Amino acid sequence: MKIKLLTPNCSLLTFGRKNKVFDVMIIGAGVIGCAVARELSKYNASVMVVEKNEDVCAGTSKANSAIIHSGYDAKSGTLKAKFNVRGNEMMDALCRDLDIPFKRIGSLTICTDEADIPALEELKARGEKNGVPGLKILDRDELLEIEPHIADGVVAALLAPTAGIICPFKLTIALAENACENGVEFMLNTKVTNIEKTDEGWKVTTTKGAYLTKAIVNAAGVYADEMNNMVSDQKLTIIPRRGDYILLDRAVDGYVRHTVFQLPTALGKGVLVTPTVHGNTIVGPTAFDIDDKESTATTAQAIAEVTEKSAISIKALPTRQVITSFAGLRAREVGKDFVIGEAEDAEGFFNCAGIQSPGLSSAPAIGEYIAGLIREKYALSEKETFVATRKDIPDPSKLSLEERNELIKKEPAYGTIICRCESVTEGEILDAIRRPLGARSLDGVKRRVRAGMGRCQGGFCSPKVMDILVRELGLSMEEITKSGGDSTIVIGRTKDGDE
Amino acid sequence: MMIQYDIVIVGGGPAGLAAAVAAKESGCDSILILERDNELGGILNQCIHNGFGLHTFKEELTGPEYADRFIRQVTDLQIEYKLNTMVMDISPERVVTAMNRDDGMFLIEAKAVILAMGCRERPRGALNIPGYRPAGIFSAGTAQRLVNIEGYMPGKEVVILGSGDIGLIMARRMTLEGAKVKLVAELMPYSGGLKRNIVQCLDDFDIPLKLSHTVVDIEGKEHITAVTIAQVDENRRPIKGTEERYTCDCLLLSCGLIPENELSTSAGVELSRVTGGPVVNESLETNIKGVFACGNVLHVHDLVDYVSEEAKKAGQTAAKFVRGEIAENGGKVITLHAESGVRYTVPATLDPERMDDLLTVRFRVGDVYKDAFVSVYFDNERVQHKKKRIIAPGEMEQVILQKKQLASCPDLKTITLKIEAQ
Amino acid sequence: METRELICIGCPMGCRMTVDLDGEKVVSVSGYTCPRGKAYAEKEVTNPRRIVTSTVKVISGARERVSCKTAEDIPKDKIAEVMAEINRACVEAPVIIGEVLITNVAGTGVDVIATANVR
Repeated sequence: MKIKLLTPNCSLLTFGRKNKVFDVMIIGAGVIGCAVARELSKYNASVMVVEKNEDVCAGTSKANSAIIHSGYDAKSGTLKAKFNVRGNEMMDALCRDLDIPFKRIGSLTICTDEADIPALEELKARGEKNGVPGLKILDRDELLEIEPHIADGVVAALLAPTAGIICPFKLTIALAENACENGVEFMLNTKVTNIEKTDEGWKVTTTKGAYLTKAIVNAAGVYADEMNNMVSDQKLTIIPRRGDYILLDRAVDGYVRHTVFQLPTALGKGVLVTPTVHGNTIVGPTAFDIDDKESTATTAQAIAEVTEKSAISIKALPTRQVITSFAGLRAREVGKDFVIGEAEDAEGFFNCAGIQSPGLSSAPAIGEYIAGLIREKYALSEKETFVATRKDIPDPSKLSLEERNELIKKEPAYGTIICRCESVTEGEILDAIRRPLGARSLDGVKRRVRAGMGRCQGGFCSPKVMDILVRELGLSMEEITKSGGDSTIVIGRTKDGDE
Repeated sequence: MMIQYDIVIVGGGPAGLAAAVAAKESGCDSILILERDNELGGILNQCIHNGFGLHTFKEELTGPEYADRFIRQVTDLQIEYKLNTMVMDISPERVVTAMNRDDGMFLIEAKAVILAMGCRERPRGALNIPGYRPAGIFSAGTAQRLVNIEGYMPGKEVVILGSGDIGLIMARRMTLEGAKVKLVAELMPYSGGLKRNIVQCLDDFDIPLKLSHTVVDIEGKEHITAVTIAQVDENRRPIKGTEERYTCDCLLLSCGLIPENELSTSAGVELSRVTGGPVVNESLETNIKGVFACGNVLHVHDLVDYVSEEAKKAGQTAAKFVRGEIAENGGKVITLHAESGVRYTVPATLDPERMDDLLTVRFRVGDVYKDAFVSVYFDNERVQHKKKRIIAPGEMEQVILQKKQLASCPDLKTITLKIEAQ
Repeated sequence: METRELICIGCPMGCRMTVDLDGEKVVSVSGYTCPRGKAYAEKEVTNPRRIVTSTVKVISGARERVSCKTAEDIPKDKIAEVMAEINRACVEAPVIIGEVLITNVAGTGVDVIATANVR
């Protein structure tokens, strides 16, 4: 197979461009920023995405439940309800275009007390008002038929058949890559430090220089309040809410078929148990409001909490087969709803703020909406060369023996397994590195092709992946990082003292 | 078109090599070893410390030297092997699917398969250590590979969690290479490592070992900057108020090994819940006919010498199986039962018809016992009762059963191994 | 008269032994359970020795380091000096297992030899 090189209109800018004025600058390359970028790439406009991390999908988008909500949960009339339902509708076609997995496995919201059934009915009514199709309340017998390992205490559940599961890394990376192929530029490792209004437009100062732009899209996640508050008097306050998760081995198979939520009770919000598109089982999240916007440290208490609460939903879930635990931060705004649209007192500054759950589900709809506002305001014309589709990194395990041998003959790197737990070949890793916006770190490779994502968590393959990164990027081993910044893996060579 | 071999050995580490040599010496000429790495020898290649081979060769070798002895036998005996080759699947009918860059993906029909895939380390994720997830956290074996094979240092201020032998060995290696190892913390009230390693890897370099301690927090958003260690109670729960913070740029984990049996599972092999390895009979044969297992994929060993010994037996019985010289499985089966401190036995069953004159039964205990007895019961009758000054979880123990003694007990159903105070 | 405490390495018992020394001469050993322990204690207090294993730099080989060891044990107090010489050493590929990499390392009379092959 032919490996694609960087296309000329898709360069990674790591230097300032003094004279260039962008039509739109998007702050943040999470799922929202990338969804807006991809929608904007349909129009003739110069678009730049600025991201403080070394890769796209490095903040809230990388650590969440990886589910697409049906849309019954948000209060009717809220932006959350509107964008969730629309985002859910868009997901099949989008994932087909982007060649990424999306499975509508349906969700179940369970209750353990007959007295709570009216609350389920209330949720169902709300969902119907929100426009969610197919909602149905199941009694225990009906439930057992479709979810045989449901816990003994469960009496009923609300089934939402349109809910689904997705890989948030693949979604965000595919959106970014497709945007990039359609002309959007990305500036990684670049932090926005100031935004001010000038006569020539917005001046965005970053750690890599200052830029002028007509419009700004604020998709800065947990930092969206800081961006907004630099330009608007309608202040926002984002208090990150940490969610801890545990991820179970793929060997824990068949315990859960749907995304199983727990009906919030007086005792708390409960956790979800769901399969992932890659065949693992995920349990979480907790909810802790915190001050530090980078504090993704898990705690023993939180891990114990999700482990214990999983038993309310699923009987005898083998939580001992955990392969990793992690925490993500929801960008929760104190007003509780999404803040989406042009700031009233800052023309050309478009907020996508307060994007907590159901943010992943809403992303395509938010992208469509914001791009629509910008197109209208600046009378952008459609780009004839826009290509809506992209091909994902081929997964050799889906090929027949003959097809696989064909591939190995053309590209022998597909015959070498690097990550034995997830059966990832060298060919896939090379593709992940060589693509537009390719991987530059161990986590970058992991999120694109799952090397190091399995049960040994990179114990065997990380030195090999490092070797490949060294070869491909022309870096030294000492420069290879886990995830950019100071996250280097080795500090130097042995026997270095006397050289 | 399917390639055919009498015996396919999955893994070219110490177990696979010894099994291959034994099978060849037992008269089997059609043998293929499949090794995923770029050389034979397996994990021994990175175990550059000495202490291997005292039983097998009556001399003290390093890991690569021990491996070299077997690799030379394999080459001298002209046993075939393929490197850089990953086995992707094994079917219950013993069709092995393998892949490498030169041959592509190919199928091999084997009369017998010997599982010798070894084990992997328990990673940080499986330990549920709270805190951040920065760079600078390695399982001890990954660090060992980086230091010994690739020549890179993972850090210069090191904390080690777990006092298994790899952790202890790495404490010395990192120290000799100029790093400061601040301490080794061990969750259990005893070390799983050999006394000799505690003395020669820690005491020699004044590295403290804290038993009943664990890591309760990891600091550092991008790179690890510190860990917090706390003492644990008898239920292994951290005790409040005992926390101590250690700055470090590297945390090594030596917290247990897990047999790598994903392929075995694909073949339908039944696994033991205690060892994580296949349940085998006296011939080291699994529940799947013609599929044998040996080495760390069967149960984690303490000494490589025992791996070689066990693998030799697997190679011999596989060769016999290929020639149709061992009785069909399914004759009389006696269950081996582990009780009172004995965690498991390998094998788990035996057929007195199929067993050799002497059968070594290996086991491990769950606690430290002093001046206790290892007892063997034939049903309710005690037939062996051997006093041991010390029995510890870190060391593999064994008892020997005699075929002729079994022959005198035709109605025997269960053999029980237990640790007794009296 | 000097008293030294040490732990036996012979087996998991890890006997805590006490040795009374008169200069270089062992006066008494206590705390051991078996003769191996006594012998170890006597040697360890009068002439402790270790085999040192490490790696040596390789030039133009398939690998950049080759594992090595002292061919015999060396005095324990020489470990740092031996390591310093090993760290300075450098060998050109190919390296054959058993090949002498450093002769008479740190004046111990012991050679450092390769424990692996490097092409």
